[in-house]
Amino acid sequence: MDDLIAEFLTETSKNLTDLDADLVKLEQNPNDKDLLSQIFRIIHTIKGTCGFLGLPRLEGVAHKGEDVLGLFRDGVLEVTPEYVTIIFESLDRIKYILSELEETGSEPEGDDSELIAKLAAIYDSTKNNDSQIEGMISIDDLVAIGADLSEIDKALEHNAALEAAQAEGSAENNADTEELDTSDKNGDEELLPENVTELKQAAPPVKTPVKAPVSEQDAGPKKKSLGTQSLRVNVDVLENLMTMVSELVLTRNQLLQILRQQHETDFSVPLQRLNHVVSDLQEGVMKTRMQPIGNAWAKLPRIIRDLSMELNKKIDLKMIGEDTELDRQILELIKDPLTHMVRNSGDHGIETPEERLAAGKKETGTIKLEAFHEGGHIIIQITDDGKGLAVDKIRDKVLSSGLATEEELSDMSDQQIQKFIFNAGLSTAEKVTSVSGRGVGMDVVKTNIEKIGGSIDLISTEGKGSTFTIKIPLTLAIVSAMIVESSGEKFAIPQLAVRELVMTSIDGENRIETIKGTPVFRLRDKLLPLVSLEEVLKIGDSMPPIAPKAVPQINDNDAPDETEKSAKEKEKEAAKTENPNAKYLSKYIVVTQVGAYDFGIIVDRVFDTEEIVVKPVARILKDIEMFSGNTILGDGKVIMILDPNGIAKSTGNMDTATSSEQDTDEIYSDVASNKAALLLFRAGNKSPKAVPLEVVSRLEEIKLQDIESANNRMVVQYRGKLMPLVPFSASQAIPEEGSVPVLVFADKDQSMGIIVDEIIDITEQRIDVQVAAQEDGIIGSAIIDGKATDVVDVGHYLNSVNTDWFKDHDDSPFKSGGEADEAGKRILLVEDSPFFRNMLTPLLQVAGYEVTTANNAIDALKLCEQGRIFDVIVSDIEMPEMDGFEFAQKIKADSNWQNIPMLALSSHATPQDMDRGREVGFTNYVPKFDRDNLLNALSETLSKNVG
Amino acid sequence: MNAADSQIDYGSANNEHSRDYLTIYIAEQIFGIPVLQVQDVLRSQKVTRIPLAPKEVAGSLNLRGRIVTAINVRSKLGLPISNDDSHDMSVVVEHDDELYSLVIDKVGDVLSLKQDAFEKTPATLNPLWRDISLGIHQMQSELLIIMDVPKLIDSVHV
Repeated sequence: MDDLIAEFLTETSKNLTDLDADLVKLEQNPNDKDLLSQIFRIIHTIKGTCGFLGLPRLEGVAHKGEDVLGLFRDGVLEVTPEYVTIIFESLDRIKYILSELEETGSEPEGDDSELIAKLAAIYDSTKNNDSQIEGMISIDDLVAIGADLSEIDKALEHNAALEAAQAEGSAENNADTEELDTSDKNGDEELLPENVTELKQAAPPVKTPVKAPVSEQDAGPKKKSLGTQSLRVNVDVLENLMTMVSELVLTRNQLLQILRQQHETDFSVPLQRLNHVVSDLQEGVMKTRMQPIGNAWAKLPRIIRDLSMELNKKIDLKMIGEDTELDRQILELIKDPLTHMVRNSGDHGIETPEERLAAGKKETGTIKLEAFHEGGHIIIQITDDGKGLAVDKIRDKVLSSGLATEEELSDMSDQQIQKFIFNAGLSTAEKVTSVSGRGVGMDVVKTNIEKIGGSIDLISTEGKGSTFTIKIPLTLAIVSAMIVESSGEKFAIPQLAVRELVMTSIDGENRIETIKGTPVFRLRDKLLPLVSLEEVLKIGDSMPPIAPKAVPQINDNDAPDETEKSAKEKEKEAAKTENPNAKYLSKYIVVTQVGAYDFGIIVDRVFDTEEIVVKPVARILKDIEMFSGNTILGDGKVIMILDPNGIAKSTGNMDTATSSEQDTDEIYSDVASNKAALLLFRAGNKSPKAVPLEVVSRLEEIKLQDIESANNRMVVQYRGKLMPLVPFSASQAIPEEGSVPVLVFADKDQSMGIIVDEIIDITEQRIDVQVAAQEDGIIGSAIIDGKATDVVDVGHYLNSVNTDWFKDHDDSPFKSGGEADEAGKRILLVEDSPFFRNMLTPLLQVAGYEVTTANNAIDALKLCEQGRIFDVIVSDIEMPEMDGFEFAQKIKADSNWQNIPMLALSSHATPQDMDRGREVGFTNYVPKFDRDNLLNALSETLSKNVG
Repeated sequence: MNAADSQIDYGSANNEHSRDYLTIYIAEQIFGIPVLQVQDVLRSQKVTRIPLAPKEVAGSLNLRGRIVTAINVRSKLGLPISNDDSHDMSVVVEHDDELYSLVIDKVGDVLSLKQDAFEKTPATLNPLWRDISLGIHQMQSELLIIMDVPKLIDSVHV
């Protein structure tokens, strides 16, 4: 291809991309003169260049487009969506011709007369309204009669150059548009003398409107000066550079490895320097490959605009963090998935203006695209405030397509069901539009993102909108990897996929268990499926006999009472083989995450992490899914890089859509602050007990000789006061001497201590109390850290001390105004945290109330609509979606609950909060942990209300 | 460079009537590889095993910073693999921009073979052998099989 044409193509395609974005901006901002001039300039350049290169089709379209843009610029024509659409059409035509030109080297056959006629029609429409530019029409007519435009333009350019020379030194050196406009006339004068008179007349009035925008154009060059700071480099050169640096990194690693083995050597200082320089170099070269993500977004405004026109929706696209940079290789790979998702949001997500108004939303929907860095990853979020994902529809679709059974679905949360959209063949769009709804899409998006080591997640609330979160690595070329060993062979696992490492033991908490031969591991409160690297890679067989037996060995120890027996077996085994327990004692589980799916890979040993350069595997090995590549380690050995995706796939049925929901739940519960920090301890029997850390004021070790007896109770002098102590359980053996751990609870100015056997840990968990306890002092049991744990009702203990002990002091206990009054009173408890729901419900029940709970304000409002009646509403303030204030306002404003007294619960009440609470209609404000106060306030409120 | 390289004559590879071949031995049989395809000759190397790979793949090794996939030609030809591989040698060849090392028993001389002494591969030859043979060269004392290296590599599949 002609070098000139190649250069022209590069230049033009860049310009056209800019143009797309600019035009969308223009449509929103029709009065932006700078923008107009810029758009005009670009089109003008295209027109000028292609005339010069002899591309008549292109030039014809560009010329007409320029005419119409000229009218915008001069303010003769108003910028309306219709006109912009036609301009876009011309741009598309130009792009089409350009792409053909790129492929074949010449303009394609075709006829643009229809488009040209449209543009001409717009252009003509103005002439009747504005006699001032009547003179321009003659140029138009010239085109119509088929005058040779390229010749005219050549003449025009020539004239322009002359004029520029004349205007040398004048301030108008940037005003090429003006010059051309002027020279237009001159050019025509010379070439077509017949029109001279007409044009001469026309010239002065035309010139006047042009002047104004031109002067404002002077702001233009400032931006352009940035251009001189950068230069264009062929991508191949950069790729090559990157490869070389990768090699250098490997060599550096090798040198460092050698250095580590030799202690005193003259090389150490220069090698350290080399190390630093190489690191810097690597970073530098990496930077050259970095491109702002905005490059991948450039097309989106146009797509959204076209979409909104086509579907009659009003959509506002917000883009945040366009400057966030990432590797161009990754950029290329996510471009299409991103485009697809934004298009989806526009098509499926955002409703029509009517629907939106009906749903009480703003007419214009918003799609927000946001990119930012987070710990070695780029996070891209696509948020829309549309209708969200309809769980019911997805459920039906899932059922009808047989992806899951009704039973399976009934166990799933809404979030889990929504994730089915990532399955192939599931489109929720009711009708197929030209844009989406063809059932291909999200699964492809997901696959593409996972291919580059990223993950995708979604949060969607029906009626509120959806948020898709994509997490992708910064670069693919050099990654940090963890080196593991299995059956004597080393492998690398990309660090990005590794969530954590667990060292297992033969028995006790960290043992691997089996379900019908399948190894699993209890990781905190969930079961982690395990795969043995040895088995998936089939490398155990040829190894010494002990290795393959290792896993089943561990698994034999399922039941605790078998521990002894299996320990004996172990000894036998040990006697048989020379290399005994050490082998299985040091098994590791690499907890790996693929998408939202977690699983563990059992390996024998874990070494350090190393920066590795991913090299593709030989073609004949491409089909092995377990490996994503290979690399050379610092010691010069070749090592295979494991592909977590491949391993997950190989284990079968590892459908990520139905995968560990708890994980995502955890994320949400973080937001909803459902998680509670728990203090784990042991007392009485072996099973662990848990108490919310928030209610514990201190942990103390109290010496036994300090414990005194008063009133038949154990007390200790604590901070100048007597603090009663109670053993956690009656059966608890308290040692004769030494010291005991004590949990100190402080309530108002009273405090008490509970003696326990041992404090185990503090853990942060979402707890789900499963078994309602019969026993006093226990709320129920929950799985915490993989063990059945009793959750302690602190209230019970405080109570026991309070009523018995504090009665003697004047501090009034919560003995309330007559239990009879309270009996059967109905309380609605609105509380988002399951922990507090579980904690408060029994407490209130014990006090004689009939308690109904609602998980959030919205559920509570539903109860209201159902016509349920309560005597008092106790509501949390900090709740997701609708907080307590809003809830109270809604109720007090207009509902059949208007007259029900409301109590606010909060964990951190400030005076302002209290005031606000009273303003919106709460009768009283009670801190969450202040049990006495709550009960007092309740009885007070109720008696008042009755009165 | 490896000591074995000294055996290779880097002379003109393609005369008018003759071509240069590196001769190798597998199970007493002599083979010829066009010398221009040969990158390197190596002594027995420590290779990294590749799990799940085809049985012909012996593993991969690092040759001056490039990763080379080792293919055991014995296995490809349906011959037993000896347990003692310490005397094995390998011939490194490039195919489609990737390096492969062919593990063989022994490397012989570089011979210039006249084009006119070529014969087609006999149709009755074991298919495993026939597949990788470009033809037979009749030498005075023995018959030399010209090895079709690209075909040999391509025939290795998972």
